[in-house]
Amino acid sequence: MNNLRKQRLQVVLLIIVAGALASGLIIYILGQNVNYFYTPSQIARGEAPEGVFLRAGGMVVEGSLVRDMDSLALEFKVTDGTSVLVVQHTGILPDLFGEGEAAIAAGKVDQNLVLQATEVLAKHDENYMPPEVAESMSEAYLDKRKTAAGTQ
Amino acid sequence: MTVELGHIALIVALCLACIQAVVPMVGSFSGYTHWMRVGHSMAVGQFVFVALSFACLTAAFIQDDFSVAYVANNSNTLLPLQFKISAVWGAHEGSLLLWALILSGWSTAVALCSGKLPLILSARVLSVLGAISVGFALFLLLTSNPFDRILPIPPLEGGDLNPLLQDFGLIVHPPMLYMGYVGFSVPFAFAIAALIGGQFDSAWARWSRPWINVAWVFLTIGISLGSWWAYYELGWGGWWFWDPVENASFMPWLAGTALMHSIAATEKRGVFRSWTLLLAILTFSLSLLGTFLVRSGILTSVHAFASDPERGIFILIFLGIVVGGSLLLFALRGPTMRSATTYSGWSRETMLLINNVFLVSSMAMILIGTLYPLLADVLDMGKISVGPPYFNIFFVPLMSGLMICLGFAGFTRWKNTEGRALLHKGVIPSIVSLVMAFALPMFMVDKLSWSNYSLTAVATLLLVLWVVTMSLEDLWLKSRGKLSSLRGLSGSYWGMLVAHMGLAVCALGVGLSTAYDAQKDLRMVPGDKTELGGYQFQFVGVERVEGPNFIAYRGNVEVKSGGELIVRLSPEKRNYTSGGQVMTEADIDGQLHRDLYVSLGEPLGNQAWAIRFQVKPFVRCIWLGGLLIGLGGLLAALDKRYRRRRLRKGADESSGGLVFE
Repeated sequence: MNNLRKQRLQVVLLIIVAGALASGLIIYILGQNVNYFYTPSQIARGEAPEGVFLRAGGMVVEGSLVRDMDSLALEFKVTDGTSVLVVQHTGILPDLFGEGEAAIAAGKVDQNLVLQATEVLAKHDENYMPPEVAESMSEAYLDKRKTAAGTQ
Repeated sequence: MTVELGHIALIVALCLACIQAVVPMVGSFSGYTHWMRVGHSMAVGQFVFVALSFACLTAAFIQDDFSVAYVANNSNTLLPLQFKISAVWGAHEGSLLLWALILSGWSTAVALCSGKLPLILSARVLSVLGAISVGFALFLLLTSNPFDRILPIPPLEGGDLNPLLQDFGLIVHPPMLYMGYVGFSVPFAFAIAALIGGQFDSAWARWSRPWINVAWVFLTIGISLGSWWAYYELGWGGWWFWDPVENASFMPWLAGTALMHSIAATEKRGVFRSWTLLLAILTFSLSLLGTFLVRSGILTSVHAFASDPERGIFILIFLGIVVGGSLLLFALRGPTMRSATTYSGWSRETMLLINNVFLVSSMAMILIGTLYPLLADVLDMGKISVGPPYFNIFFVPLMSGLMICLGFAGFTRWKNTEGRALLHKGVIPSIVSLVMAFALPMFMVDKLSWSNYSLTAVATLLLVLWVVTMSLEDLWLKSRGKLSSLRGLSGSYWGMLVAHMGLAVCALGVGLSTAYDAQKDLRMVPGDKTELGGYQFQFVGVERVEGPNFIAYRGNVEVKSGGELIVRLSPEKRNYTSGGQVMTEADIDGQLHRDLYVSLGEPLGNQAWAIRFQVKPFVRCIWLGGLLIGLGGLLAALDKRYRRRRLRKGADESSGGLVFE
């Protein structure tokens, strides 16, 4: 083999080995860091694994936000129209968090099926509903909202 | 009337772009010189008409013409003038028009600066640029027309520009970013022209290099500005979230950086030819992907994207033609482009190859992490999101590896460098950086203990000092210790040095602000005090103030160090009157070695407020580093030899005809 061919072979081999290693690693680590979205109904049915970091969300139930008087601990409920999920969190809520609005919380579900959230996200502007939430809302709930809007 | 004028101007620009795309290309094959020259004037004409169209849209914004749907959705009468203007590119339609404007601007620049290029090449380059223009103008006119009217009854008052976008950073950030994205269309067009002509010599590389550098400078500044904006405007102190929108701009930057380095080897040594071509195609494809990812709404929801099938299908077809077509051309023509020479050992070629491996694999893993959730959603595999740990696990080691290799950048020689000589050069810098990296973290904290001796800081300092000391040693050797000989060093060399130092400064900011970041979220009533990172914060109270288009609660926080008042911070909670949006406006006291960052959370009743206090050491270095990286690119682009050589080469070619290999 002449010098040029040898060089090219080295490069090709290097690319193949590196590519194989990289794709293996990426698939493995991606699997470790993917967070699934669950609806309140799924969590109520016990479908969400306990102690695994996940995201859940829905509409914040009116009047469900309760704050601790001495710290930033708080609790609120979200619903998809069928079931209700209790979310506990310590910290500052995002600006656009509001009762009757969509919210997503990220954290782990404990044995009482309460979501211990490390992060609460709300929509970025007033017209936007997170797609996960929009799709998870049961049709019954959306109908109710529509008729409510109609009678107003 | 102005609105219709803008609409017609855009249609005229589309017609000119069609001529620019077709005529010079046909001319280049049939040898009609006057046909080949058509592209140049068309490019200039197209620029004039797109600029006219853009001016008309801007006028509609300034005049509050709410009969235009785009204006009505993104502006209102209360908006200050500068934000009315920046609202032009605040959403999908207008930002695409800005894209088209910048593209025609770059085409004009190519047309005006191509006097030294062989006519056949510049004709083909302009033709490719014209074809891209056609795609964008069609996309604008068919699916995203910013001039659509709401008739017969226009609204009296517009909606609102998202308050997050009402900020100086967002006036400048998108145009900068787009200058970068679109700038990469020039090397792309050069690559396609070279592939069509089957001619890909060092001259090609030399012509496209300054264009790549300039586009890359804009992209670098654009990304830095975006990160800076996120830091002070989103209000909670984060500066990079691995958000798909950020990734969309970062991927072309990584590919573009790889391109800058590989084309250096192509120009000087004639190696990596097909790889450089591929990178030019890749960088521009990623720019296109980035534009569409951010602006098409696909990220908000795959289904919203699908529910507007016109736009979605157009985007897919356009991307398909650009990426698929250029890759097909590459597959047909690429293999004929052999590298002319060989290299061995730890030569500069090898080091640049390693650089490219690091950069391109970083880009690939970001691409996978960004597109995977979209893919999973389309395939009904569940709603997922990829967390920042995924990106950090890959990105940190890859960049560390890159920085270790980067230390040797200046010392390597083309063709062959002896490994032992390189190691020899690395002895003093590695001793210096090892000692300082382990020693410095001891002085970064007040009371040293095992728990607050930060290993993150050690690792950061090790890498940063390694790059800095190696670069300085190289500078010392190159100048032989004489100040007078510094002037003799080329612009490219200074560019490399400054950009590499910039990367080190940026890494310093990232590493140290991560290692020593201090943060507290507290419930505070007026008079409450807290201590954080060696500073005492006292919450004095909250007052109500009125802005031009918002009402705000303004907090008052006194910061003391050692009993002495350093600064009063006034973070705000703003309520925008027109859209009813609430926004957190943090207050920051910034110095090079630390930022004090206070943001007002929500009122908790009984005068209590939730407040976030943060002390962020060296966080400013991140953007300072970004600016230095950009400055480095600019210095390299301004290198005298491009102008001189281009002149000489141009003379060669006009007398001796084209160089085929």
